[in-house]
Amino acid sequence: MKIHEYQGKQILREYGVPTPQGFSAMSVDEAVDAAKKLGGKVWVVKAQIHAGGRGKGGGVKVAKSVEEVKKLSSQILGMQLKTHQTGPQGQKVRRLLIEEGADIKKELYVGMVVDRGTQRVVLMASSEGGMDIEEVAEKTPEKIKKVFIDPAQGLSDDDADEIALGIGIPESAVAQGRTVFKALYKCFDATDASLAEINPLILTGDGRVVALDAKLNFDDNALFRHPEIVALRDLDEEDPYEIEASKYDLNYISLDGNIACMVNGAGLAMATMDTTKLYGGAPANFLDVGGGATAEKVTAAFKIMLKNPRVKAILVNIFGGIMKCDTIATGVVAAAREVKLSIPLVVRMKGTNEDLGKKILRDSGLPIISADNMADAAKKVVGAVKKKKPAAKPKPAVKKAKPARKKAKAKGKPPKKAKKAKKAKKAKKAKGRKKKT
Amino acid sequence: MSILIDENTRVMTQGITGKTGMFHTQTSRAYANGKACFVAGVNPKKAGEDFEGIPIYGTVADAKKATGANVSVIYVPPPFAASAIEEAVEADLDLVICITEGIPVRDMIRTKYRMKGKRTLLVGPNCPGVITPDEIKIGIMPGHIHKKGPVGVVSRSGTLTYEAVGQLSELGLGQSSCVGIGGDPVNGLKHIDVLKMFNDDPKTEAVIMVGEIGGSDEENAARWVKANMKKPVVGFIAGITAPPGKRMGHAGAIISGGKGTAQEKLAVMEECGIKTTRNPAEMGRTLKSLLK
Repeated sequence: MKIHEYQGKQILREYGVPTPQGFSAMSVDEAVDAAKKLGGKVWVVKAQIHAGGRGKGGGVKVAKSVEEVKKLSSQILGMQLKTHQTGPQGQKVRRLLIEEGADIKKELYVGMVVDRGTQRVVLMASSEGGMDIEEVAEKTPEKIKKVFIDPAQGLSDDDADEIALGIGIPESAVAQGRTVFKALYKCFDATDASLAEINPLILTGDGRVVALDAKLNFDDNALFRHPEIVALRDLDEEDPYEIEASKYDLNYISLDGNIACMVNGAGLAMATMDTTKLYGGAPANFLDVGGGATAEKVTAAFKIMLKNPRVKAILVNIFGGIMKCDTIATGVVAAAREVKLSIPLVVRMKGTNEDLGKKILRDSGLPIISADNMADAAKKVVGAVKKKKPAAKPKPAVKKAKPARKKAKAKGKPPKKAKKAKKAKKAKKAKGRKKKT
Repeated sequence: MSILIDENTRVMTQGITGKTGMFHTQTSRAYANGKACFVAGVNPKKAGEDFEGIPIYGTVADAKKATGANVSVIYVPPPFAASAIEEAVEADLDLVICITEGIPVRDMIRTKYRMKGKRTLLVGPNCPGVITPDEIKIGIMPGHIHKKGPVGVVSRSGTLTYEAVGQLSELGLGQSSCVGIGGDPVNGLKHIDVLKMFNDDPKTEAVIMVGEIGGSDEENAARWVKANMKKPVVGFIAGITAPPGKRMGHAGAIISGGKGTAQEKLAVMEECGIKTTRNPAEMGRTLKSLLK
């Protein structure tokens, strides 16, 4: 899970990392109030979105008067901020951080992640702050200092000091560097972070070490023990399809192709996307229905996939292990009926009760295209997308598609639906981590 | 022969009284020699009771002492699963197979740290388990798709392992053992460890290794293969189409900082003499072509 910079700084401050003073603002008035409250002569207006590269994209500006804070805030609030991490469509700025200006003498970098090789948290620091650290790692790897932290001891004073000196913190400020690094590790460990990055960490003109930025990501598997972090989640920053999917315990990720994929198991789901691409198609999403692919779950999955106006066909690939193919087939048929499916559907099922499953699909009277293996399924779904003439499309234009679907929804059976919603809720509750594939 | 487990393995289930633990203990017990293999369950609150005739003990140590079980399988919910692994390691078992998905990474870092210097092996977490066809199945994989034979399978993913196994069995190629090492970033045995075992196993003639984006375990394994492996290896990596920075279902399946891409892994594997395929529907046939 990701959070905003202003939230990250709040957390860092709690652990003893010095940051500039600042306030978040959701309107120009709030921004002006914040600047007045801060006082001083220089302010920084920073767009708050869950993506890096904000400065380069024009989302971070320095103001030298309250009037300028007002002007810049009104420019940045509401803009579609495009950075290398947002994609070409950008991300709408809904929130600002108004901060006191800092006197930057030198920009440094410090970050922490879990190193898979050593199975420890690694602290990485560099004298090259304010830059893309991946670029530094590639071009001048010698400028990155690392220490793999012993999980029992934590970060030692010696290691912290060595890093501080190694990245050019002057002798007089080494103790401050040590404090920051140790606090950062303490924070990383205590909050179950998966990434903590301060870029830049600065040396000020008067010799202080200050975190000018804060990026914190958290381990989703550990959120159950951090309600205080869950409370910081900003749904505006997340993909609406992914949010909807998570309600049904579906693992969904939006991609930019036009073939929707529904698969059981993460590895098989990726492999299915890869095969689709191999045969000339482009996947519209990653979707792992997990174990227990019930009719409710499959229906929810279909609805989410079909909300994407680009989708021209659906590919279902299920390896029925303990989950039987006939159960899945029943689910697929029910889902196709409920959403009044009007685009090609290719189903590949393998495993337990495969023949029975295929029979259910055949007997449904729905135009479901059956496939024998993954390659066959990919070929067929790519073929179905290419064959479809624009005139034959039931949804000729994106804009018309939505109301049509809404109508179909409204025609559905409300009592049954209510029941389903309840069931979905229940299913979510009972989520556990059971695997039935 | 086989690797890790065979018909003489004696297994205890940690978390035997949960829904998942009960269900998969039943199916594992119904497979091949399962009736004789599954001898104990562990639940600190239900010591003295039994599950369908399998005695339940309060601790792993008690279960080991009473039944001689040398392997444990874990279905304990994520908040408690890492401690369950540690308990099994403390009891000095040969092998722990942790099926549980969703264990916090921090817990696994600590558990792995405490496992240093101990002899207990760990498979998983977040894995389907291990099977030696026609002898014993420990985990959640569908037993009936497997067939006894000469091919070893090692994989980070569950259903994709079944896919590989299904293809092999359809081509008449059985498996010596199939090991799901799991999709988490901090885990037990890695590809390289399992490949070493297959290399030493006289009944294994060839290996399919299935990997996915994230980390560099496949590359490390490939380099070892180049220097040491005496048997042909086929490789597939899932996630060529995965976008960077997104976790693809598995906690460990993420391209971060431009590292861990499928292309990068496949390139190293090819350099190291592993026969790769970019088409997952061809894993079985690719392996068959090497045996001829």
